[in-house]
Amino acid sequence: MNPTDPIESQQPIASVPSLAQTSTERKTTTRVSALIRIRTQIPGSSKIPDALFRVIIALTAISVFVIVVLIVFELIDKSKLSLHQFGIGFFYGRDWDPVNGDFGALPFIYGTVVSSVLALILAVPLSVGVAVYITEMCPVSLRAIISFLVELLAAIPSVIYGLWGIFVLAPLLRVYIQPPLAKYLGWTGLFSGPQFGLGMLAAGIILAIMIIPIVASITREVLTAVPQNQREAVLALGATRWEMIRMGVLRNARIGIVGAIILGLGRALGETMAVTMVIGNRPEIAKSLFAPGYTMASVIANEFSEATGDLYLSALVEIGLALFIVTLIVNALARLLVWSITGGTARVSA
Amino acid sequence: MPDPDKIRPSKLSIWRKLANANATIFAVGAAILVLVPLLAIFVYLLIKGVGSLNWAFITQTPKPVGEPGGGMANAMIGSGLILLIASTIGIPVGIGCGIFLAEYGRNRFGDFVRFTADVLNGVPSIVIGIVAYSLVVLQQKHFSAYSGGLALGIMMVPTVARATEEMLLMVPNSIREAALGLGIPKWRTTISITLRTASAGVITGCMLAFARVAGETAPLLFTAFGNQYWNLNPNQPTAALPLQVFVYAISPFDEWHKQAWAGALILILMIVAAVAAVRIVTSHGMLKGAS
Repeated sequence: MNPTDPIESQQPIASVPSLAQTSTERKTTTRVSALIRIRTQIPGSSKIPDALFRVIIALTAISVFVIVVLIVFELIDKSKLSLHQFGIGFFYGRDWDPVNGDFGALPFIYGTVVSSVLALILAVPLSVGVAVYITEMCPVSLRAIISFLVELLAAIPSVIYGLWGIFVLAPLLRVYIQPPLAKYLGWTGLFSGPQFGLGMLAAGIILAIMIIPIVASITREVLTAVPQNQREAVLALGATRWEMIRMGVLRNARIGIVGAIILGLGRALGETMAVTMVIGNRPEIAKSLFAPGYTMASVIANEFSEATGDLYLSALVEIGLALFIVTLIVNALARLLVWSITGGTARVSA
Repeated sequence: MPDPDKIRPSKLSIWRKLANANATIFAVGAAILVLVPLLAIFVYLLIKGVGSLNWAFITQTPKPVGEPGGGMANAMIGSGLILLIASTIGIPVGIGCGIFLAEYGRNRFGDFVRFTADVLNGVPSIVIGIVAYSLVVLQQKHFSAYSGGLALGIMMVPTVARATEEMLLMVPNSIREAALGLGIPKWRTTISITLRTASAGVITGCMLAFARVAGETAPLLFTAFGNQYWNLNPNQPTAALPLQVFVYAISPFDEWHKQAWAGALILILMIVAAVAAVRIVTSHGMLKGAS
């Protein structure tokens, strides 16, 4: 370490406070400063390699920014044709007719929103329940095991969820779930029509299973961040365990939980393979959840490599651009909410 | 002051007891219900996968429709090739970015890079596929393992970067100071002392990122594209295991469905092995010599 080095003397003060202190102390003793003078005079000073190292490291950091800029640029550049042709009408056009060159994204936006909202409705109570169980109720020996299993759920690739959805979940829905739903709740119009198994309902359930680990693990982190004395204070007032959880824990953590939910939404919006495999892939807007649908991500997955004509490709890229912007907003919002609870310590990674 | 003898603990009302019991039942039920799909997926993978798994499956290329037999050997090799390219791109950039964030990033610019990495982490994989397509495939006018590797490599960067940063920040400052005090230059200290101390944790992060992209299918659909034959040239369309599973799963042929299950089983075994290895490393402590 060389305190007279200009590059070095700036840096450690910020990152290594105690070192800065010791080096100022050292300056007072003449013997040490003589040593320092020798270090600066000898050949092979570390000044140049250090500066070089710093530049290389900074370049890798900048490359992350460059990648994001490239993503935005490429998406806008490649969707220019469609942006000019359809303008804002692209997002409320109902027709998707590649043959006649007529493109409207509304069926896909509808499918994405409905499947994601359905997933949230199913996943949120379960995820919060699991998180509460892990942090507040479960014996310590079980805690690590359940966390690990939930983590494992997140590690299963999307395509395997899809495979399972096609061959296990869809037949199950068709035989055991859809008939009673149609019988007792058919009057709502949400559960009517032919029962294929595959469709919006299957997509919602698969998505719910896929986002539970994310919502649950972030909720768990948020709940852990609630100070222990909040719990003790409520318990000391004679609360039952549930009252303690409700008043002492959940109320304090609610903003963070909302953040976790929104983060789950971000994941659900962009999820591609599993949904593509079970949703039925028909660009229609149907009220019934039994009917097949289509999402923004799955239309790209299905049609991108077969898209003939520049306008067709451009329209698909524009859907990608819309997806990018929406997930960007959703994720940024979620992060702000989660950080406001955990103080930036939580690892918010999908 | 009331007489102390008259103060008795008031009995909990029945409703409060009931609410408490309900909440407990709900939380336990939620935990069980969440683990049911996990169990179901693994059970089905084992039942359906093991039955179709045989020597031919891991040594042969796919047979044409209608012919029994064949395997996914080319897809496994192809996946390996694509993941190798992805790791060559993603891991150095990710570790470099993590070093920057931990050692030089305690400032405005560092926060900005951190935010950008998080943005990148949230970008849907299919969108990254589009970008890799227009950056590589559109220029070259053909699909290739390079483009697939690029897409997956980009996806690895944020995960590796944040993991590296976290691990480096766990290294006590006294270790850095000791190294700097011995006259070791900063760059050498960072690489040989700080990074080395945190190496177990950094490797963990890399493996997690690897496991995460190993099962990715969406960005490969129109970059690596898939291939029915052996291919070791990274400049050609290349088969990948998750891609093959997808194609076979949505096909109408029973024989292919069986193979899809077997492929999925192999895929999940690889990923679970990686995650479990990570768990074992983590439980033995992230840092060598420290903490």
